[in-house]
Amino acid sequence: MDFNFTEEQGMVRDSLARMVREQYDFDTRRTVVESDAGWRPEVWAQLAELGLFGMPFSEADGGFGGGPVDSLVVMEEFGKGLVVEPYVPTVVCAGGFLKHAGTDAQKADHLASIIDGSRVFAFAYAEPKGRYDLADLETTAKRDGDSYVLNGHKAVVIGAPWASHLIVTARTSGDRRDASGVSVFVVAKDADGVVARDYPTYDGRRASEVYFENVSIPADALIGEEGNGLPLVERVVAEAIAAQCAEACGAMKVAHEMTVEYSRQRKQFGVAIGSFQVLQHRMVDMFMEYEQSVSMTYLATLRLDDDDRQRQLASSSAKVRVGQAAHHIGQEAIQIHGGMGMTDELAIGHYFRRLTLFDSEFGNVDHHMKRHVALSAG
Amino acid sequence: MNLEFSPEEIAFRDEVRTFIESNYPEHLRETGLREDLGRDDMLAWHKILGKKGWSTPAWPTEYGGTGWSPTQRYIWSEENARVNAIMPLPFGVSMVAPVIYSFGNEEQKAQHLPGIQSGEVWWCQGYSEPGAGSDLASLKTTAVRDGDHYVINGQKTWTTLAQYADWGFFLCRTDPDAAKPQEGISFILVDMNTPGIEVRPIKLIDGGYEVNETWLTDVRVPVENLVGEENKGWTYAKFLLAHERSGIAGVARSKRGVENLRDIAKSETLDGQPLMTDLDFARKVSQLEIDLAALEITELRTLAGEQAGRGPGPESSILKVKGTEIQQRLTELTLEAVGHYGTPYYSNIADAGSNEYPVGPDYAQHAASLYFNMRKTSIYGGSNEIQRNIITKMILGL
Repeated sequence: MDFNFTEEQGMVRDSLARMVREQYDFDTRRTVVESDAGWRPEVWAQLAELGLFGMPFSEADGGFGGGPVDSLVVMEEFGKGLVVEPYVPTVVCAGGFLKHAGTDAQKADHLASIIDGSRVFAFAYAEPKGRYDLADLETTAKRDGDSYVLNGHKAVVIGAPWASHLIVTARTSGDRRDASGVSVFVVAKDADGVVARDYPTYDGRRASEVYFENVSIPADALIGEEGNGLPLVERVVAEAIAAQCAEACGAMKVAHEMTVEYSRQRKQFGVAIGSFQVLQHRMVDMFMEYEQSVSMTYLATLRLDDDDRQRQLASSSAKVRVGQAAHHIGQEAIQIHGGMGMTDELAIGHYFRRLTLFDSEFGNVDHHMKRHVALSAG
Repeated sequence: MNLEFSPEEIAFRDEVRTFIESNYPEHLRETGLREDLGRDDMLAWHKILGKKGWSTPAWPTEYGGTGWSPTQRYIWSEENARVNAIMPLPFGVSMVAPVIYSFGNEEQKAQHLPGIQSGEVWWCQGYSEPGAGSDLASLKTTAVRDGDHYVINGQKTWTTLAQYADWGFFLCRTDPDAAKPQEGISFILVDMNTPGIEVRPIKLIDGGYEVNETWLTDVRVPVENLVGEENKGWTYAKFLLAHERSGIAGVARSKRGVENLRDIAKSETLDGQPLMTDLDFARKVSQLEIDLAALEITELRTLAGEQAGRGPGPESSILKVKGTEIQQRLTELTLEAVGHYGTPYYSNIADAGSNEYPVGPDYAQHAASLYFNMRKTSIYGGSNEIQRNIITKMILGL
């Protein structure tokens, strides 16, 4: 058993932490997320230069031979600074699809562009009526000679306003919610018939409603096997969940530290509120929730290469535990900050919003609890 | 004991329902869940009720109350909640007015009560300060006597909707040498147009502006604006807070909120079935309704006790704690119910000047902002920790 990070991972963590501290202080972040662009392409380029985007990929694929633990290190630091740049959609999701199922040509084209930072992806999997079921798809892709014709509506596609390309799940056969018949495509966002409506999100990111209106895509845009995409989607979502849990851990750590610090400074009844036992115990509970979340994040990350059942059990367990902790820590942090916690001016409210909305991405606590029950029964 | 309405109460309910149906402004229906309303929107129903004599049901009849029984007042709030009516704000009607008619002099009653009742005059509350939130007694704003005036200096915070206020009621320190921090405080009425008052909006985590910082610099207020005795303001402040807490339970509104939640969960689908048929989700809604039913009866017991001349005392702390926990749980479940469409920042979509309809279903638009906004309820009006301290001391005797 080994829960240590390699020396290289330690170095990456340190340099990222420094970069987040220096370039991603709260006031700068706020200015950026409120700007028209909503993010900083120059920061993206800088992250690419650091070699960050190549870390999780094999040397054969042009990367540095790392894996999911590298994404964990990155996302935990991103969580601490509430970094909005789309590492999960681009590197973890799009990178994951290409790594597991991309053809040599797809890798040469897209994966290389991800690693060098020149292409940004968004992952269009959710639909207005599909809730968290990855197979509940009304989007269709019909084979037409050497191409597919894509039609449908994808909901709340995180990072889409910044993306040049989309990974899209669509049904090539079968009925809604069938496990078979799901296929995965890579689609250029400027393809004819792709219509995006962009908007900000409560947690400082950007998203789009994406509509596909008879979008013609070449047959070689298919990633993996036609109709057999669901296991691939589940695998990549498990990787995204592990990365997001790490992000939530980073955000929870900072939210807890800020709360403890605030309770040391804030005086009521002539003493620091941190001296009240009732608040001390609550901050202890927050801390324990955080530590449990870190453990579950490690588990979800380290089980990614196990068999399907083990991987799914671990990722659902982590999403349940971290989702509960994120709610608990966010709510307690606001309560202990009192009225100041309600203000947009303080950073804590921004951590709270990110921790709240973390739950609905890639399946909420209920969804993963059910999946855990089903997997345990099987 | 029984919980059934009598024929007279049913007749009263029908009268109330008919009145609301025919008088509640059409353009404000179903807006009660929104927070981006202006002064005129918020006062519209108040003014209609003022003319009818129903804007201040809980006041003593000699000052313009209705003389309604606790059950009638309960029916009244239920019927208003049915249409999500925007109810008269508490600052005038249920906070300062009871202090004025209980402790104020005849001139103050004559000057202020009619405007509160009619909805012509908007009030705000000047209690909290940056260093005095839950520990209200440590407030620092001073009022120094200078001939016929008090000169007020200091900074208040969380002054709700002060941007619209005509008048404010402020707690100020008039005797800095008092033996205890809660002594030497006075309750003073301030015309918000007096020179030296500056109101600065505070943006909250839901994206809206409903509270302010209020700065008072050499604000000269006539001594007639002192309510009751100088240095006895703490007594009036505690009296007011007990009144505030009993209104905070929000039972009728939460019941309407649960109906709204059930409607949403019938429209949302999970595995192709309505979310409401999902056992896990349905259990959480049921738990909420059960807790709400318990709160409802507890509130009715408190109202009955009040009618019999008891309270509102420390039991109003129970209503505050349980009522706010339920409101928070309700908004949390509603956000959970809307799934992915809780994430878009809707008010910012509107700010962008777009005429397009919102993304996702209409009912998802306010889910996140309400959830974020309602975190305030366990903080304001004496935080829930303070309420538990009150119960510890006043009821458990520890």
